[in-house]
Amino acid sequence: MTAPFLELREIRKSFGDNEVLKGVSLDVAQGEVVSIIGASGSGKSTFLRSINAMEMPQSGFMKFEGYSFDYRAESRFHPTLAQLQNLRAEIGMVFQSYNLWPHMTVLQNVIHAPMMLRGQSKADATAEGEALLSRIGLYEKRHSYPGRLSGGQQQRVAIARALAMKPKLMLFDEVTSALDPELVHEVLTLMASLAADGMTMLLVTHEIAFARDVSNRVLFFDQGVMAEQGPPDIVLKNPESPRLRQFLHRILHDAPSSEVRA
Amino acid sequence: MSQLFVDIALYGPGFMRAAWLVLWLTVLTIIVSWICGLAAALAQRSDYRILRGIAGFYIWFIRGTPALVQIFIIYFGLPQLGIRLSPFTAGVIALGVNSGAYVAEIIRSGLSAIHKGQTESALAIGFSHAQTMRTIILPQVFRIILPSITNEAISTLKNTSLLSAITVVELTLYAQTLISATFRPFDFYIAVAVIYLALTSVLTQLANWLERRYARLS
Ligand SMILES: Nc1ncnc2c1ncn2[C@@H]1O[C@H](COP(=O)(O)OP(=O)(O)OP(=O)(O)O)[C@@H](O)[C@H]1O
Ligand SMILES: [Mg+2]
Repeated sequence: MTAPFLELREIRKSFGDNEVLKGVSLDVAQGEVVSIIGASGSGKSTFLRSINAMEMPQSGFMKFEGYSFDYRAESRFHPTLAQLQNLRAEIGMVFQSYNLWPHMTVLQNVIHAPMMLRGQSKADATAEGEALLSRIGLYEKRHSYPGRLSGGQQQRVAIARALAMKPKLMLFDEVTSALDPELVHEVLTLMASLAADGMTMLLVTHEIAFARDVSNRVLFFDQGVMAEQGPPDIVLKNPESPRLRQFLHRILHDAPSSEVRA
Repeated sequence: MSQLFVDIALYGPGFMRAAWLVLWLTVLTIIVSWICGLAAALAQRSDYRILRGIAGFYIWFIRGTPALVQIFIIYFGLPQLGIRLSPFTAGVIALGVNSGAYVAEIIRSGLSAIHKGQTESALAIGFSHAQTMRTIILPQVFRIILPSITNEAISTLKNTSLLSAITVVELTLYAQTLISATFRPFDFYIAVAVIYLALTSVLTQLANWLERRYARLS
């Protein structure tokens, strides 16, 4: 059996006395799309953010590409700052609040990191950036500033900005939650096409239909542990635990989510 | 009327030189103040308590004491410790350090106006903290604080007149020397005021132009 693409072992994270991740382990295969669901405060974001060490776990192990970290403070495999920067450059992350850089045009947002971090020439970065923007249908907007774009367009640019670094793994944290309902679809469609292209993705989402249609696996987080996981057909249709049943019931009745197919 | 032309021919070149000196003092002072201000603003959000302490003391001390006293400390006080500075150098340092405390506060408020998501997205893509500051955060801060930083620059320009007290022959002191020879205080102080006005107006125009230039970027 081949080693998993991404391997997380017993990840623990506390904020003060509040233990938010109580030893979470996960293997992800290359090309796999994993959705994470769970109630607010269950630790979904913290888990996603600990994958690229935006939140530094207090203990646990992680393996990804050439990186192999031991997060115990005393370990000699504890990541250095430089290693973390390199790791983050390999992992794309997209946030709920798009966080585009408002003082740069759309194109500048996309080429900034490849130029500074990969040493790409402006000509190369621009050519690749423009190709990316064409792909997401925003080539015409390349010289606009983010403030002039709709939320959906901004979020697509944020995805393009991450893709410009040619990441091997993409993390999405509720990337459609801040969008007006009519703009959700364009972002989900883009994510579905990425998935179809074989991108390895982890996404925190409340879009149950999207999780069902696009992901290979669904994880249910409950109070800092991964309480249930499996293929979407099983986890979402025949949940084992009462808490997941309860959660699904609530979310499916309160917030009907849009349908998207890969 | 012809008297005015005679006056301009006679005293104009001297006033021009003095105005030039004011401009020069202002530019150098602004450079010093931005360096001090940026350092203090960054120190204030440092993880090290000592740095935060030093920056806090600096701002507290400068804002709580008169600029003239600070100038005297640098020019008359430091020689007692064996540090002797020319009036010009002492003046630039004193005014720059003084203005720096205000600049620090301006930068601090600008930094706090930047959403933390800006830092997040930059760090998440692999930038270091320094790269994030330099290419993502500070350029945005600069646009936000441009109006207040202009006001501070205008204050600095006007404050150069304080340096007359330590024998820097800028506009004010130059006028005083003429007045003691001609006994025409009204004429010359008005002339000085007009020149200051011209200088501050140019500065304001420059800032307006910069602001317009950057307005579209946000
Ligand atoms: N930087 C932080 N400092 C202190 N506490 C934090 C921090 N980040 C998260 N927490 C706490 O950790 C817990 C889990 O937060 P997390 O954001 O991971 O939840 P979540 O499952 O993503 O919730 P949501 O669906 O609301 O986004 C919460 O109790 C939260 O208050
Ligand atoms: Mg969250």
